[in-house]
Amino acid sequence: MSGWRRASAKIAFGAWVVAAGCGKGGESGGAEGGAAAAATAFPVDTTTAATITGRIAFTGTKPAMQRIDMSEEATCAQKHPDGAFTESVVVNDDGTLRNVFIYVKSGLPANLTFPVPSAPVEIDQDGCVYLPHVFGIQVGQTLSIRNSDGLLHNIKAVPTTNRPFNISQPMNMTTARTFASSEIMVPLQCNVHSWMSAFVGVLPHPYFSVSGADGAFRIGRLPPGTYEIEAWHERLGPQTQTVTVGASETKDVAFTFRGS
Amino acid sequence: MRSRRALAGAAAGLAAGLALLAAAAAPRHQQPATQADDEGRRVYDKWCAGCHGEDGRGDGPGAGPVLPKPRDFTRALYQVRTTATGEIPTDADIRHVVDEGMPGTSMPAWKTTLSGGEREAVVRYLKSFSSAFATAPTALRFGRNPGGGRAAVDSGGALYRRIECWKCHGEAGRGDGRSAPTLKDDFGNPIRATDLTQNWTFNGGASVEDIYRVLRTGLDGTPMPSFSDLIEGNIITDDDLWRVATYVRSLSPEEPPRVRDVVSAARIEGSLPAGPDDSAWARADGYYFPLVGQVIVKPRWFAPTVSGVWVQALHNGQALALRVTWHDPSQSPDTSWNVWRGRITRSMTSDDSVPADTTSPLPDRLAVQFPARVPRGMERPYFLMGSAEQPVYLWQWESEPRAAAEGLARGVGQFEPLAGAADTLASAAVYDHGEWRVQLVRALATADSANQLQFVPGRAIPMAIFAWDGSNGETGTRMSVGSWVAIYLGEPARAGTYLWPLLAMLSTGGLGLVVIVRAQRSAGSSKQPSDTADSEAV
Ligand code: HEC
Ligand code: HEC
Repeated sequence: MSGWRRASAKIAFGAWVVAAGCGKGGESGGAEGGAAAAATAFPVDTTTAATITGRIAFTGTKPAMQRIDMSEEATCAQKHPDGAFTESVVVNDDGTLRNVFIYVKSGLPANLTFPVPSAPVEIDQDGCVYLPHVFGIQVGQTLSIRNSDGLLHNIKAVPTTNRPFNISQPMNMTTARTFASSEIMVPLQCNVHSWMSAFVGVLPHPYFSVSGADGAFRIGRLPPGTYEIEAWHERLGPQTQTVTVGASETKDVAFTFRGS
Repeated sequence: MRSRRALAGAAAGLAAGLALLAAAAAPRHQQPATQADDEGRRVYDKWCAGCHGEDGRGDGPGAGPVLPKPRDFTRALYQVRTTATGEIPTDADIRHVVDEGMPGTSMPAWKTTLSGGEREAVVRYLKSFSSAFATAPTALRFGRNPGGGRAAVDSGGALYRRIECWKCHGEAGRGDGRSAPTLKDDFGNPIRATDLTQNWTFNGGASVEDIYRVLRTGLDGTPMPSFSDLIEGNIITDDDLWRVATYVRSLSPEEPPRVRDVVSAARIEGSLPAGPDDSAWARADGYYFPLVGQVIVKPRWFAPTVSGVWVQALHNGQALALRVTWHDPSQSPDTSWNVWRGRITRSMTSDDSVPADTTSPLPDRLAVQFPARVPRGMERPYFLMGSAEQPVYLWQWESEPRAAAEGLARGVGQFEPLAGAADTLASAAVYDHGEWRVQLVRALATADSANQLQFVPGRAIPMAIFAWDGSNGETGTRMSVGSWVAIYLGEPARAGTYLWPLLAMLSTGGLGLVVIVRAQRSAGSSKQPSDTADSEAV
């Protein structure tokens, strides 16, 4: 067990992943390598690997954030002294857009299979909101679902290609689930608190990232090649760009989403 | 089991009609199928496609305006399972639901219509609509009910509160939890948090075992979650969950209420009850009458809130007191139900040319209908609020402003209040955790005998009940309706034989609400479920 942990820690230290700037919710690419490495080694030569970075810009009128009425749930309301707001469109102070899921949609050599990271991806229900709001996970990787509120949440996945689940968590507890196939994106929702919403992107590879508090993303450890990169946003739609990266190259890609 | 049949008849009346319509319209399924599927396909096309659609997408011609909508089989979301949340059901699970149907919905039971072989074949065929059935499901291991009687009910009740079932189902289980107005299924349709005091409407069955199974598996495609992770995480034990199921079962009567034809208003001495919660009502017999959506006159209504009322009646020779009790999860108007009202209106409008109003506040309503005068023979006015030639006399109660009025109606929606008559009808109402209890009192004899029915003891007087839930967008012809029954005001001395002519008189057609007339020795009694369970086998 400790051997596993160390192995995964080392790979994570390989410094390829960590998203350039992630807020509390914004997160990085998925594969932290890990235990399954014993079964499948990471199939890309990291010495010549390429990186795609960028920022998600936002133009147009910055939408007003909608305040969530949490009066029915005092415990949660107290966790948001300045109020809680819906996260469907979050424009950062510097004008960049948060919570965009950026991933490699196509272009990877078909013969590559990636190890499933042993470290779980975590989602927390804290203050009657999901943390993070948008995130990625690999097929078969454990999703660890925590309730830190100590009151009833049900977490319901409403996928179209994966099988669904609907789990009740009436107290502080953690449970685990996995997704069996790729899907962009699986909505997660709580029926007790109709404002709670999160989206998870499920991919067979680790090449994904989420724009955080500075709108930046980073996808590393890519084999050199030409990729279709998609930037997905829950309200403002997906956009794609084709990007070619050479050996050891880092390429900057800009996406711009327009508000109404 | 006459009562079950009658109830099922009431609920499934619509379903049967739709099924017939559907069967007639069902086109042939075009999908290629193996030889083994031929029989399944034949059965499906003939009996199921009308509702579930020829390609299994839940879009058959009979699907139109009902809620819940027929299932779309292509997504392989099944409610009644022995498998974990998100898992496909076993063949036996699907077979079970095909055999038994889904009470509380338009999904019929097929065990008497189709042979065992046909049902087996159609189960195989249903699975062919989704590739999810490529893998084999694993049934969960269910423990045994530890029993425990009253103590189990109490500790189950404590758990019901602790694990917060009430947030959806309400503190008294009547589907009035604060999250209830926001609930929708995976297809975006509004869905009720089940009224747990009416186990005969549970989709997956009424027994403790059925309830326990639902708690373990959840109802996929709906907000009802699985509680299995609590057991796996050693947070509660399997026995605890059985106790929750035992508690939920205890909220409903032993047997579904029996459908009666005659409300007997016992004669009492002295004053009538002061209000709906007067203890005198505890001693009065209760009668259950199912109501169904009004689907005769447009705009029709296929998603009514009120599925039945309990009626009690007493008189003292001077005045008649009625107490009508029904479940409605909202005290209308209530803006927290606006989300619900918008959704229900959007899901139901396909039927109607008249667009439903989704914004102006609507009250809850109850109407008690009588003929304008006690009929001599068998004839009664048209059950749906009379006609131009034969008007009906109505008591109409509203939640906001809270008052009752008398009037005449000459056809549905044609209520004309009686001028100056307001004083003769007194009303009092209590709203309590998803239940309305309304008392209506009127003198037996009044001055305006031309317009107001004069009640006479010893005669069977036709009576019908209608209800509206404002938060469900119900107003006008969007309402719950019941068929003619009768009220009989008792006389102090005589007993017994009066019922025979009365029973001969009662036979009701119209809305497919099957009230089976049965020669009963006496009007008998059936207490409300919240009082005493009525376990008389019929
Ligand atoms: C009158 C319309 C109607 C007809 C005819 C009908 N169904 Fe249904 N069926 C429904 C409705 C409505 C539901 C969904 C109920 C719900 O979601 O609560 C349903 C649900 C189901 C389900 C899902 C069960 C579950 O566990 O979730 C199965 C299986 C099913 N029907 C099989 C059949 C078969 C087989 C036939 C033909 C032999 C058939 N149905 C005919 C209306 C119909
Ligand atoms: C998030 C809201 C929610 C919570 C929490 C919830 N339920 Fe439900 N429950 C529902 C909904 C919605 C339905 C109706 C599903 C349908 O009609 O298909 C339902 C249905 C049911 C049924 C009827 C089953 C059937 O066969 O039709 C029972 C019994 C039930 N719930 C019990 C419970 C109990 C006990 C708890 C707590 C341990 C609980 N529920 C918690 C939403 C909830």
